[in-house]
Formats: sequence, C-alpha cells, structure tokens
Amino acid sequence: MTFTPTELEAEGAAGGEATGDPASSSPPASGRRLVRAFMRDRAAVACAAYILVVVLMALTAPLQVLLSGYGPLEFDQSAVDPNLGGLPLGWGGGIGADHWFGVEPGNGRDIFARIVYGARVSMTIALLATALTSTLGVVFGLIAGYFGGRTDMVISRIMEFLMAFPALIFMIAVLSALPAENRQALLVVVISFFGWPYLARIVRGQTMSLKQREFVESAKASGASSAQIIFKEILPNLSSTIIVMTTLAVPGYVGTEAGLSFLGVGVVPPTPSWGQMIASSVSWYAVDPAYFLFPGAFLFLLVLSFTVLGDRIKKIAESGEARS
Amino acid sequence: MIRFLANRLLGMAVVLFLVCLFTYVIFFVLSPDPAVQICGKNCTPEAIDQIRANLGLDQPFWQQFWTFLSGLFVGRTYGTGANAVECVAPCLGYSFQSSQPVTGMILQRLPVSATVAIGAAVLWLLAGVSAGLVSAVREGKFTDRFITGLTLTGMSVPNYVLALSLQFLLVVTLGWLPFPQAVPFSEDPLQWFMNFLMPWIVLSIGAAAVYTRLTRANVIETLQENYVRTARAKGLSPGLVWRRHALRPALTPIVTIFGMDFAGLLGGALITETVFGLNGVGKLAADSITKNDQPVIMGVTLLAAFLVVVGNMVVDLLYTAIDPRVRVGSAA
Repeated sequence: MTFTPTELEAEGAAGGEATGDPASSSPPASGRRLVRAFMRDRAAVACAAYILVVVLMALTAPLQVLLSGYGPLEFDQSAVDPNLGGLPLGWGGGIGADHWFGVEPGNGRDIFARIVYGARVSMTIALLATALTSTLGVVFGLIAGYFGGRTDMVISRIMEFLMAFPALIFMIAVLSALPAENRQALLVVVISFFGWPYLARIVRGQTMSLKQREFVESAKASGASSAQIIFKEILPNLSSTIIVMTTLAVPGYVGTEAGLSFLGVGVVPPTPSWGQMIASSVSWYAVDPAYFLFPGAFLFLLVLSFTVLGDRIKKIAESGEARS
Repeated sequence: MIRFLANRLLGMAVVLFLVCLFTYVIFFVLSPDPAVQICGKNCTPEAIDQIRANLGLDQPFWQQFWTFLSGLFVGRTYGTGANAVECVAPCLGYSFQSSQPVTGMILQRLPVSATVAIGAAVLWLLAGVSAGLVSAVREGKFTDRFITGLTLTGMSVPNYVLALSLQFLLVVTLGWLPFPQAVPFSEDPLQWFMNFLMPWIVLSIGAAAVYTRLTRANVIETLQENYVRTARAKGLSPGLVWRRHALRPALTPIVTIFGMDFAGLLGGALITETVFGLNGVGKLAADSITKNDQPVIMGVTLLAAFLVVVGNMVVDLLYTAIDPRVRVGSAA
C-alpha cells in the first residue's frame, strides 16, 4: 500500500537521529538562515505555493462557488446529453465558461465546485489527523523514553501491536460497520489511532539518548521535576524531529483519507471528496477522462507537494544541525 | 539464542492474541446481528434462534471467543447430532454469506495474492536497489537529482490513481495491453502475464521509490566509513571495495524493510486487487466488508497480522545472520 505513512516514517527514523546542541545556535539567526535556504529552493517554493492555493481554496470555498455560479450539490441537466447516457456536452467533459472544470457525467454537478469543497474535506481531515497523531506520538514517546522500565515496556508493546495490525483492512471494516453520521471526525480518530506509533517510536528513541546528556543531568541535580525536565529540557531538543516527521506524515493522511473515500468507506456522499470522485469516475473514464483527471491531478499534486516539502525541510533541518 | 527465540515467539503469540481479541470485540459490539441477515425476509423468531444456536451466537462473549480461539488450533464442530459439521484446524469458521469454510476461501485466493506480491517484490527490489546504487555513485550530479525527483513522485502517486492512469493509457488509449481477463497460466501464459503486469507495476512503484532512497542513503553513508577509507588506502580496486566493503553493510537495512513490506503484501493488496479485479485475498476482504461477512473479515485480518508478525521475526533472525555486529543477547 503506497499510502501508508509507514514507509516515509521509516526513512525519517534513519535521518532524524542527529540532534544538535541548542546552546551553540541562537534561534532567531538560525530561523532566518533556514528561511533563506528555503527560499532559494525553487521546488520547495513551488510546492509551498500549491499547498497555499489548496488551503485558500478550502477556506474560501463558498466564495469561489458564488463566483463560478454552481454549488457542489447542484444538478445541471442542461450540461449533459441524456441521449448519450448522460455524457457531458462539449469538449473535455463540458469545460467552458459555465463549468470551469466541466461537469460530472450523469447528473451534471459542477466539478470545480466539488473539487473546491473536496479540498476542504481533504485538508481538514489530514491536518486534524496530523495534529492528533503528533500529540499522541510525542506524549507517549516522551513518557516511554523518559521513564523507561515497565512504562516503556507497556507502551512499546502497544505500539508493536498497532504496527503489526493490518490497519487498512481494519479501518475499512470499522468504518463500514459504524453509523455514517459524523464520518469526518470518525475518520480522524481511526487514522490517528493507527498512526501515532510511528512518531512515538522515534521520539522514544531520541528521548532515551537525550536523557543521558549532561544538561538533563544538571537539571536533575538542581532539583527539577520530571515534568520540567521533559517539557523544558527534552522537548525543545526534539522540535526539529517533530516538525520533519509531521510534515512527512501529512501526505500519508491526505492519501489515506482519499483512499478510504475511494473504497467507499470514507466521506459519505453527497459531501464531495477527491477520492470519492475518483471512484465514481472509474465507470466513465474511457469516455470522459476529464472527470478522472481533475480530482486525480489535484490529489496527486497535493500529496507530491507535501512530500517534497517534508523532504526539503528534513534536509534543511539536518544541515542546520550539522553546522551548529 | 534459544532464549531469544522463545522470547520472540512469546511476544508474537501475545500480539496475535491481542489482534484476535481486538477484532473479535469490535465485530461483536459493532456489527448487526448476523442471524437476522442469514435468515432473510421470511423469517420467524424460532428460525433466528435456531441459526444463533447453530453458530454459537447465543453463548456469552467469552465463551464464543474461546470457541473461536480453540477452533484455530484443534478445530471445532458446528451444530449437534446429525447436523453436526466438522471444521478442521485451523478453523476460522464459516462465511455468513456463502456458508463455505473461511480457511478454504482464503487458501483458494492466496495463490493470486502471492503471485501479485512476488512479481511486485522482484520488480521493486531490482528497480529500487539499482536506481539507488546509480544515484549514490553519481551523488550530487544530474542523474542523482533526477532519480531523487522521480522517487518523490513515485512515493506520492496514490496507487489507485496510478492504476487507473495506467489502465487508461496502456489499455484504452494505446492498446498495448489486452483488457484484463481471468485466464489460468496453463491456458494462455501470455494473457496471464499481461494481466499481472499492471498490478505488478502499480504495486512496485511506490516501494521502489522508498528502496531507492534507502539504498542511496545507506551506500553514501557506508562509503564514508573508516574501513572503506582503509580499504581504499590499501590500494584495493574500486570494484573490490564496492563489492566487499560497501555493499554488504549498506544493503542490510533493505532486508529488514523488505521482509515487512513483502509479508504485508502477501496478506492481500486490497486496493490494487479491487481496481484490477484480481481474485486475491485483498479482494476477498473488500467484498466481505461490503457484505458484512464477519468471519471472513476476521480470517483475513488475522492472516495479515500473522504474516506481518512472522515476517518481522524472520527478518530479525536473518539480521543476526547477515550482520555480525548485531548480537542476539543484547538485541533481545
């Protein structure tokens, strides 16, 4: 399965090992340096720009639909040809001044409106799932790594169990068995439930090595509590790892949401989702490839942009650490 | 070594038991009453009770779970008296929909999934490792940057998007491949091969990209090791340095992730099999989920978890054989 975040994260594990000394680089200077390094990278800037466009699309969906004139749920029978089984009239699946990206065959819903609203679903679910997995992953990773012993053993076993679990089959089974209401929140919970161990494993490993360092020992000697040590001494040192891992996780979740919707257990119709659009384009793609092309391209580019961005951030973070 | 093995086996059993329990609880709590579904439209309360008794659904949860678990090892008997049906170990129960034994259904589909997995694995290993090596040799040059760009693209294509695009391009537009048909190998080997070609490509691209990056990173890192420098300083030919000193340590991590990926794939490539209409374990899972066929879903989930756990263990054992630096005692 290409869209499990596992593979990306396995790699992050290999790269994220080095943690720099925070004392030798002052944060503001390094921040500016990182931004400059980032701006020089044309691919990264292009990807960031595309993500920004999708985010804006998602945020201003109702406005844009006002501009284009058709809502995501509006049927437009005048745009399809009933004699041809509902094939869109005109070139490229009915692309024109009325319907910027054409219409869906059959019922004539505006593809532009559905893409824009689909972006909303896609981004909301992916970002919420990322936030939830990161929180869980960081908290459990810190606890397991810092306290060690029995706590560590229990958490590690749970992580092993979750990672051995055939998550995709299970997500589909659970989602298809559960009632359809509030499907988006459910998706976030289910994705995060299986997603957090991949970050937690790495945070745990780094915490274990950071725990041995002198600054932690000195904090301990000066009487700091466990909570103080974890949040004030160890957590700041993990920030670059966490940033890199989260950026690398987002594309996985975008893909997972689209994949589950593609399989028919994700976002329920009539709420538009890119994966769902791709699924319904399957029976039309020989005669109306544009219907497949738009959601397919938007989805692919979004995942690609996040992947490239994560990759670049990782490189910049690593080189920054090596230099400091 | 024996202690290490015993430890691992125990851990494996615990994980599998938890997977069993977890799936069982979820389905026990969530799914609608299967007896009502089986009974159909013209149903009486007595008939429902009869079905529930036959399937053992009238017993308390723990008893049901225990029966299921013991059925895995010693088999179980359904019904009583003349109607009794013997289900031999490993018994996963009977499908609610087709009344066939689940074990048989899975075994029947396993060859297709295995064919898909093996072909894809060969492809991605060959492509991934060789591209990674080329990339590492030409580090920083155009070829390297080109390959790195390709891998990012490969990792980002959702496999169903790739599958549909390939099908559109190769079958509909260009006509290079025939339309997929279910043909046994013995009848028409060429058509058979063509059928599997697209699933193989689709499944291997994402993995090949990951393997390329991994190989590249490992080789570059190994080439900076002191012992490689020593070997070079001794005047060994570059080819020998590569073969003897650089490749082996660089490729060991590949073994680890390969074992897990391959085991995961054996348990069924759900999306790819569904898109291409291949009758493998993945398609079985997808179909039984839509039909709410609980025993089959349980069976497939268990099989997949079993494969992943066994794959993990095989990898660990292999690792100690390949990499002398890993000592069994400390690793456990």
